[in-house]
Amino acid sequence: MQHFVIVGILIVIMSILTYFGLDAAGLAKQMHPVSASAQAVSIDWLWDWQVIAMSSLFALIFVPLVYSLVVFRRRKGETGDGEHIEGNTTLEITWTVLPLFAVLAFAYMGAYSLGETNRVDPEAIEIKVRAQQFTWTFEYPEYGFVSTELHLPVNQQVVLKMESADVIHSFWVPEFRVKQDVVPGRVTDYRITPTLVGNYKVRCAELCGMSHYKMENPVVVDTQADYDVWIAEQQANAAAAQTPEGQGQLLTVKYGCIGCHSVDGSKLVGPSWLGIYGSTREFADGTSAVADDAYITQSIREPLAHEVLGFSPSTMPPFTLTDEEIANIIAYLKTLK
Amino acid sequence: MKKFFATAFARGLFWQFVGTLLGAGLITGIRAAMGLSVTDKFFFTEPAWVLGGFIGVLFFLGGNGSVSDWFKWARGIDTPEHHEEHYSGWEKYFHVSLDHKVIGIQYTVVALALISIGGLFALIFRTELAASKLQFLTEDLLLFGQNGLQLYNTLMSLHGMIMIVSILLGVAGIINYVVPLLLGAQDMAFPRLNAFSFWVAVPAAVLLLMSLVLGGFDTGWTGYPPLSARAPVGVQMFFLGVFTAGWSSILGALNVIATVIRMRSKGMTAWRMPIFVWAAVATSLIALTATQLIGLSFQLVMFQRLFGMGFFDPAKGGNPVLFQHLFWFYSHPAVYVFVLPGLGVISELLPVFARKPLFGYRWIAMSSLGIALVGFVVWAHHMFTSGMNSYLRLPFMYSTLLVAIPTGVKFFSWVATLWKGKIETPTPMLFVLGGIVVFLMGGLSGPPNATVSTDLHLHDTYFIVGHFHDTIFGGFVFPFFAALYYWFPKATGRRMNEFWGKVHFWMMTPSFFVLTLGMMRIGLLGMRRRIADYDPALGFDTTHLILTIAGYLIGLSVLIFFFNFFNSIKNGEKADGNVWNSRSPEWQVPSPMPMHNYDQPFEVVGEPYDYGLPGSKYVEFSAPAKNTHK
Repeated sequence: MQHFVIVGILIVIMSILTYFGLDAAGLAKQMHPVSASAQAVSIDWLWDWQVIAMSSLFALIFVPLVYSLVVFRRRKGETGDGEHIEGNTTLEITWTVLPLFAVLAFAYMGAYSLGETNRVDPEAIEIKVRAQQFTWTFEYPEYGFVSTELHLPVNQQVVLKMESADVIHSFWVPEFRVKQDVVPGRVTDYRITPTLVGNYKVRCAELCGMSHYKMENPVVVDTQADYDVWIAEQQANAAAAQTPEGQGQLLTVKYGCIGCHSVDGSKLVGPSWLGIYGSTREFADGTSAVADDAYITQSIREPLAHEVLGFSPSTMPPFTLTDEEIANIIAYLKTLK
Repeated sequence: MKKFFATAFARGLFWQFVGTLLGAGLITGIRAAMGLSVTDKFFFTEPAWVLGGFIGVLFFLGGNGSVSDWFKWARGIDTPEHHEEHYSGWEKYFHVSLDHKVIGIQYTVVALALISIGGLFALIFRTELAASKLQFLTEDLLLFGQNGLQLYNTLMSLHGMIMIVSILLGVAGIINYVVPLLLGAQDMAFPRLNAFSFWVAVPAAVLLLMSLVLGGFDTGWTGYPPLSARAPVGVQMFFLGVFTAGWSSILGALNVIATVIRMRSKGMTAWRMPIFVWAAVATSLIALTATQLIGLSFQLVMFQRLFGMGFFDPAKGGNPVLFQHLFWFYSHPAVYVFVLPGLGVISELLPVFARKPLFGYRWIAMSSLGIALVGFVVWAHHMFTSGMNSYLRLPFMYSTLLVAIPTGVKFFSWVATLWKGKIETPTPMLFVLGGIVVFLMGGLSGPPNATVSTDLHLHDTYFIVGHFHDTIFGGFVFPFFAALYYWFPKATGRRMNEFWGKVHFWMMTPSFFVLTLGMMRIGLLGMRRRIADYDPALGFDTTHLILTIAGYLIGLSVLIFFFNFFNSIKNGEKADGNVWNSRSPEWQVPSPMPMHNYDQPFEVVGEPYDYGLPGSKYVEFSAPAKNTHK
């Protein structure tokens, strides 16, 4: 009996120490990093309860295990066996049934918390998200422009209508807590209500190929006033870009080209566009060609036609663009000198 | 050296090489006749490599003699029922043997070889992760037709699958060696099928490694399309390798179930079977019935690539999420295939070293079956964010959390087994205890992933990576080492060095705690899994450096184990008796085990774990045998 009392006290102490230890390591109370959405509230609430449960269950097993190792260890020169205890049906039923109730309680809390994260605001702003290797683009249909930064007004629910151009990606802003895959051939929804003004990043969470780790774009939560200013700027930029070059530049954002092709000469997944028009392209098979209109058109529509030295063509999907769109892009490329 | 080239192992590899060239040549010839391209980046075209890989496996099996008895029977030629050993010493293990003990050791050694390769891959990419920014796996590196980033993805993906195959082989190794001994059987029910199951795994491992040099694959071990439908030709070798290894698993499981049903000793009723046998049956039931699904899902992607069948291609009406359902229908129960035998080893060894009966034997036996059954209806918890119908998430959350109950029964019963024992802690027991604590951490970090809303944050982060490594180290790696230290004297007549065994344990265990707890912490803070590099702004550099050091310490401890293992075969302290003072039948006869196991059959006359009950016996040999338990 004395053993049980000591172990009982030690379990309580150990549970508390484990919980506060995890808290000191920044792992209890809430998930991390900082919470920046309404959906995070109920998720963080549940996490704290889970950490409490984990701490006490850890103590419940770990303490009697270590206690037995110390107290019931075989001492020097000792022979013989331990007590002949084969089992105890009451005890077995207890530790089958009690955890069953605990599990049901946690599952219920999980369902409740999931319901909270799914709460729909009919006034939610709709933004279209396009994911592709290895960048994100955001289209604001109400205002008619496309951006590589996602700006969201604070305390206003948005629903992202997400599509993928190639493989599966996953939209994750750690501060928002919620994550949703983007699957080719369908539209998936991501519903979020940002609550904290700040600069974050969307990070692709589903392995999507060679440069998966780089698939990060800025996410900015603005005050309503800043958001309105940003929208107005973007609209003005879009309106000013009525020239072919301007249209071409917008298209390279819309189709995600700039995820792999830099305009400043730096090497990304694909060749940089700086000074590309009219330059001589060297291919892996030793041949070469001049990057003229025909070559660029072919490279967009059939990327596999040539393997540029030092790059893998299979990473680029074929794009079916209209002649006008391609002409605009070529006009834009000519400006990159 | 000449002897080595004459072994079935070397002959098999030679014929696999020939078969691969022939198969690839055949397709290349047909393509040439049809006017299609005949060469590609990796010399042969993709269809040529696939058929070549497949023919290579058939040639391996035909060439090394593991199917020759069946061909003899088909031609009406008799072969001896009892296989006689033609080779001795190391040669025995490189030739086709029908002896379950030899096959068990063959499985184990191949598993250890693959663990080393998989671990080496992990250390390579762990080194790259030690600091942010790319250090040596850069875009300028070019190796096997891959730049550094592609190579990172290939190594990371192969680490996963090589380790999984090595675990399956390690599980098969322990089960093969131990189960017939525990049952009192002379061998497995189907010795030739047993040899086939082992040998088919060797060309499978070769195929997996071939993927590394054929452009690799950047899909992770999960191989989700559409990414895997666009990956280099290496992914086909990966698919084919897994498909082939699946045969080993399915046929091996069939053999275990038949053996347990048909070949138990007199008096060994279901409730008197050693607990490890229960675990072996539970794991075999899963392997027998679920492995087909991973083979099928990979085969469908192979066909999508080869024949343009759009199973998972949305442009052709296919559905990429369907793949995930098929894949996880095996790949979730698969983790129970990995851990149930390990948990069985824990339950088997605890009473021996606690000198007490296994607490709640029947409950533990039933909990293994319970985990196996519930394990079949939880697969979609890997897909909470996948875009599947969102109402499906709730039932899968409930079913997954239910796994906690049979798992909890095991933990409580283990602790109760230790309570009031007379606990000894030689090396095998240290690994058993380490396994319990590590598996406890794996088990406790599970429910937040099983609960939909918290999983929305944790999914695809390092939290999962840490959780998974905890469950697999606790459920397989620690018990596997425990089993090796424990049954080593039975196989060799010598025991492994205790001092180096303890160094191995005390170096590996704390390093492993640091590794997985560190992984979980940065995962929670926003570290995505499977990334070659991370944003320095996240401030993970210090943690990653510590994780890398911990990884190297684990590697070093395993090297120490290897040194101890191979050195003890020749130089270990002699131990031909009942080293651990166990009641189990295999320890009542001298070590190493005679070729056809027990010279006298035994009868089960009592409970397996009645330690502390004076005068009780588990087995009684029909004629007096040496070293009977007091």
